[in-house]
Amino acid sequence: MSEYSSSELLRFTTAGSVDDGKSTLIGRLLYDSKSIHQDQYEQIKKTSERMGESEINLALLTDGLKSEREQGITIDVAYRYFSTPKRKFIIADTPGHIQYTRNMVTGASTANVALILIDARQGVVEQTRRHAIIASILQIPHLVVCINKMDLVDFSEEAYNKIQEEFESFAAKLDVKDVHFIPISALLGDNVVNRSKQTPWYEGPTLIYYLENVHIASDHNFIDVRFPVQYVVRPYSDEFHDYRGYAGRIAGGVMKKGDKVMLLPTGFTTTIAKIEGATGEQQEAFPPQSVTLQLTDDLDLSRGDMIVRENNKPDVSQDMDLMICWFSSDLKLKEGAKYTVMHTSQEARCVIKSIRYKLDINSLHRNEEDTEIGMNDIARIQVRTTKPLFTDPYRTNRITGSVIIIDEGTNNTVAAGMII
Amino acid sequence: MNYHINHLRELESESIFVMREVAAQFENPVLMFSGGKDSILMVHLAYKAFYPARIPFTLLHIDTGHNFDETIRYRDALVAKTGCKLVVGSVQEAIDAGEITEEKGVNASRNGLQTHVLLASLEKGKYDAALGGARRDEEKARAKERFFSHRDEFGQWDPKNQRPELWNMFNSKKQMGEHFRVFPISNWTELDVWQYLAMEEVELPSLYYAHKRKVIERDGVLLADSEFIPKRPDEVVFEEMVRCRTIGDVTCTGVWRSEATDIDAIIEEVATTRMTERGGRTDDKRSETSMEDRKKKGYF
Repeated sequence: MSEYSSSELLRFTTAGSVDDGKSTLIGRLLYDSKSIHQDQYEQIKKTSERMGESEINLALLTDGLKSEREQGITIDVAYRYFSTPKRKFIIADTPGHIQYTRNMVTGASTANVALILIDARQGVVEQTRRHAIIASILQIPHLVVCINKMDLVDFSEEAYNKIQEEFESFAAKLDVKDVHFIPISALLGDNVVNRSKQTPWYEGPTLIYYLENVHIASDHNFIDVRFPVQYVVRPYSDEFHDYRGYAGRIAGGVMKKGDKVMLLPTGFTTTIAKIEGATGEQQEAFPPQSVTLQLTDDLDLSRGDMIVRENNKPDVSQDMDLMICWFSSDLKLKEGAKYTVMHTSQEARCVIKSIRYKLDINSLHRNEEDTEIGMNDIARIQVRTTKPLFTDPYRTNRITGSVIIIDEGTNNTVAAGMII
Repeated sequence: MNYHINHLRELESESIFVMREVAAQFENPVLMFSGGKDSILMVHLAYKAFYPARIPFTLLHIDTGHNFDETIRYRDALVAKTGCKLVVGSVQEAIDAGEITEEKGVNASRNGLQTHVLLASLEKGKYDAALGGARRDEEKARAKERFFSHRDEFGQWDPKNQRPELWNMFNSKKQMGEHFRVFPISNWTELDVWQYLAMEEVELPSLYYAHKRKVIERDGVLLADSEFIPKRPDEVVFEEMVRCRTIGDVTCTGVWRSEATDIDAIIEEVATTRMTERGGRTDDKRSETSMEDRKKKGYF
């Protein structure tokens, strides 16, 4: 038990084309780290044989749903889990096709790392660029580029370097800070879990070593205190007659007992009287902990409000610029249309004031003429909400900088929005 | 200062967050309780999420009538301790009322019948959200499940129609008659559950620990010998040291050879085992897409 007590949780997304071997890579990670169980292995073996494959197809491990297994491709975000003694991993496995951009955006929203797969024979292709752009827009803190199928290019150092250069020159235009490159063969296992003997020129880590050691502790914002009130705890019992607790998950900053705070939207100030967490009272709380706060003064505060520090307020506004990814297949985004918007624990209605441009997801070109925004499109828009939201730019805080847009007729989530 | 949080505490925080969202966004939520370790974990987390107030969920148990006695005793004790309201949906009553028909044959199970009773109970109680202890690592068809899973007015799940879940926001908007199934422990693995229960020193039914039991072997799986399981002529009863990894009812829970009599031994076994948790669930083995087909019909 003790060896797991300091183990962190890391979420990473995988995206790659059907032929890139992404599913094989995941199967390899699970298999070599011994996270695939025997009966799962047997089942894949049986299915592989039934489908007429000669080698066991590890890709079948991640293809869950009936129709996918028949077609041999993945069509949704699938979550896979494995762990090593150092960390627990959650893989958000998403398809590579452009028509599933929305799924990649979904899987990427909480990821610490984006794993981008490149076929060594093809180099940087449209898909590679697209995935890197999405990772950049979604502000995934770390990128690891796996140059796969090295066995098919004779483990050539030259081929690897060429691809690395190509990617780096493209990525220079993006907002990506931390990029690593690894030459691998998912099929044969080279540099995935075990070090390859075929790449003596490569001095970097294996993929698993990278995943186990990449520094993710700073991925949260520990500077700006943001506490969206999620739920008000009122026992109404004899023992806790006057108790009123404000429950929620710390979205940013470090909150300490005794801290002077300000409540939004009222602007009233008070101090934190007590912080209670999962193991009882705590002196301080930080993201992503879920806690219940008690305040010194009896003030008006409810779900949707926010607790912050006086000298460090979020933007309080009804007007905002958003970078959105449109999800709906039936509906298109329309100027003047009204939607429901959700932000942290708040809800408001909004109107689309203008569509500024559609972003070409392959070239990064901003097309101001093309304002027809349909499924999988990325665009910059302006909205006005019916009441002020307490926001930060998305690059500062992914929780207070994001919204989802809901269509009132169908109740579907039609877009994800990132505040600029 | 070290702002480090370990994976169990992070998972715990996420689950508590989801439960509070349910309490905030729904009018009449219910927690589906089976007496298994995942639902025991759920109640433990719910207790923390709302402390010092009472858990704002009714507990719903779909009783096939084929339970291990101990499961029922444990359930009743937990209800007494938490002060939750318990509603029991009875498969036996539904059979008696002619709503559903009992399966026949050696592999008869009431597992599939639970769906009907579950949907009927949800409708009767007018619950707009049902919390369950399902995890995404359990089975192929659950790998794509959301935290908040929309079910239509027939209780059906359409994999092509689930809402994207981004950041911490859950869209629970629905039409009349629709409801949501919510899975707060979606990201927990079997090992996480055991490690957490050990860390928190949660008391569990003794079925989970190794004990001597009369069993039969069928299709490579050991089943507890019980009056509810008709035996084939060639199946002999023998005694084995076993424990349950997952608890369905008697007819569909495979027991597992084990010497693990305490939680640390269980953790060690789970961490090194070659067989998945549900590998012993005969209900999953009926076809390759068993779970997916059942979910489409409205199963949990």
